[in-house]
Amino acid sequence: MTLSISLTINGDLKSVLLDDPRVTLLDLLRERLDLTGTKKGCDRGQCGACTVLVDGRRINACLSLAISLDGAEVLTIEGLAEGERLHPVQAAFIAHDGFQCGFCTPGQIMSALGLLGEGEADDPERIREGMSGNLCRCGAYAGITEAVLDAHKRVAEEAAEHRRVA
Amino acid sequence: MNQFDYARPTSVAEAVAAASGPGAAYLAAGTNLLDLMKTGAKRPGLLVDITRLPGLDRIETLPDGGMRIGAMVRNADLARDRAFATAYPAVAEALLSGASPQLRNAATAGGNLMQHTRCAYFFDPASACNRREPGTGCDALHGENRGHAVLGWSQDCIATHPSDFCVPLVALDAVVEIEGPAGRREAPLEEFHLLPGENPSRENVLQPGELIVALRMSADAAGLRANSRYLKLRERTSFAFALVSAAAALKIEGGAIRTARVALGGVAAKPWRARAAEAVLQGVAPTREAFVRAAEAALSEAMPSGDNAFKIELAKRAVARVLLLALAGTPQRMPALPASAFSSDTGVPAHA
Repeated sequence: MTLSISLTINGDLKSVLLDDPRVTLLDLLRERLDLTGTKKGCDRGQCGACTVLVDGRRINACLSLAISLDGAEVLTIEGLAEGERLHPVQAAFIAHDGFQCGFCTPGQIMSALGLLGEGEADDPERIREGMSGNLCRCGAYAGITEAVLDAHKRVAEEAAEHRRVA
Repeated sequence: MNQFDYARPTSVAEAVAAASGPGAAYLAAGTNLLDLMKTGAKRPGLLVDITRLPGLDRIETLPDGGMRIGAMVRNADLARDRAFATAYPAVAEALLSGASPQLRNAATAGGNLMQHTRCAYFFDPASACNRREPGTGCDALHGENRGHAVLGWSQDCIATHPSDFCVPLVALDAVVEIEGPAGRREAPLEEFHLLPGENPSRENVLQPGELIVALRMSADAAGLRANSRYLKLRERTSFAFALVSAAAALKIEGGAIRTARVALGGVAAKPWRARAAEAVLQGVAPTREAFVRAAEAALSEAMPSGDNAFKIELAKRAVARVLLLALAGTPQRMPALPASAFSSDTGVPAHA
């Protein structure tokens, strides 16, 4: 059975033919759409390396069937920067050494972006709890917490600036 | 993962018809089902996708002051719904103590009730498991079982139900609305999950094709919101299943307990309503001594099923402590570490 779905991925509307309903969103992104920024760590929803935003919410792409997401908007790490200009969350991870090997970083950044949207990133303890779905085997947690705290400030300042201009 | 057929019905009636045959399973978020399919522990021949069914994603306040939660409401949305979190704060706290933020954004209210045990032998098709495959035996009985059941278990199965959400729900008399081939019916959550007995593969009262469409909470339960907490003891601070957990809700009038609700999680194959503890508390002064007596009553029938005798003492302490937390009052803001024993100052009470 061939199943046709459409997804908006990083702003582009794509029509996708699935020859197999077993394809997860993660495998669709990595193996069929060449978007390998989203990582496969545990493939069981435990490590968070595959975190992407679906309709604005962070989820584990490994535990989501692509076929079930027909019509959804997906944002991956590839969709964050505008050309050479990094997204404030990306810039904050670099500024605060929020990684070492970098494997978990796309998932950490997408998760942080989701957390900022949820509005519960205003103190270190809430950030640690809010980032608990993303493991970092290098143990860069201290830098990650600082990066998210800083990104929270940057995004809030940008929003204030935007309000002033508008 | 096994090969399967996929159906996306557009009405509840269509979904029920599609799922009434052998080998069918409903697919909501799939956070538990897909994981089990990846290990081969579950091999459904047909997935009936219920994510698009109309009317299942609503949180409604009912005319009598209670609330109705559609089965497809996501855990995170329910926990952050202002009206719901105000009326049933222990439920919101339990939701936010469960899984990870990513999983809570996906996982649904109905799916939470339907999730399977996290017993490692259930997940592993190479292990004997009466719950997964009736008649094969139970490798957990003589295996790694320090996290297993201390109440209501049998020689055929010592697994626990892993839900946090269901623990305060069962304490607060939640009702499950079910649609099936024979029409609509409802069941108290307390009677929804089944103890293993000799047939652990039968996990709940649902018949083939039956679908959870909603949960209902009463106005009476919302009346306990000022003193309502959930406490979850686990082997790391976040993103771990409960070793034991406990929910408590109190109504105190004139220095005495008028209503007490207590339930335990992680101790049995179902969320465990501790009615014996509630009976101890009825009408007495809310003191630490009374709470310890209630905790003893809650666990009076507990028996270790393996290397887990420590869970009996742990559960007693959890009951006494969650009652103390409930007595201190529901915090105005959700604690930074929901349901954690390590939570820092929780601030002022919400309904003082």
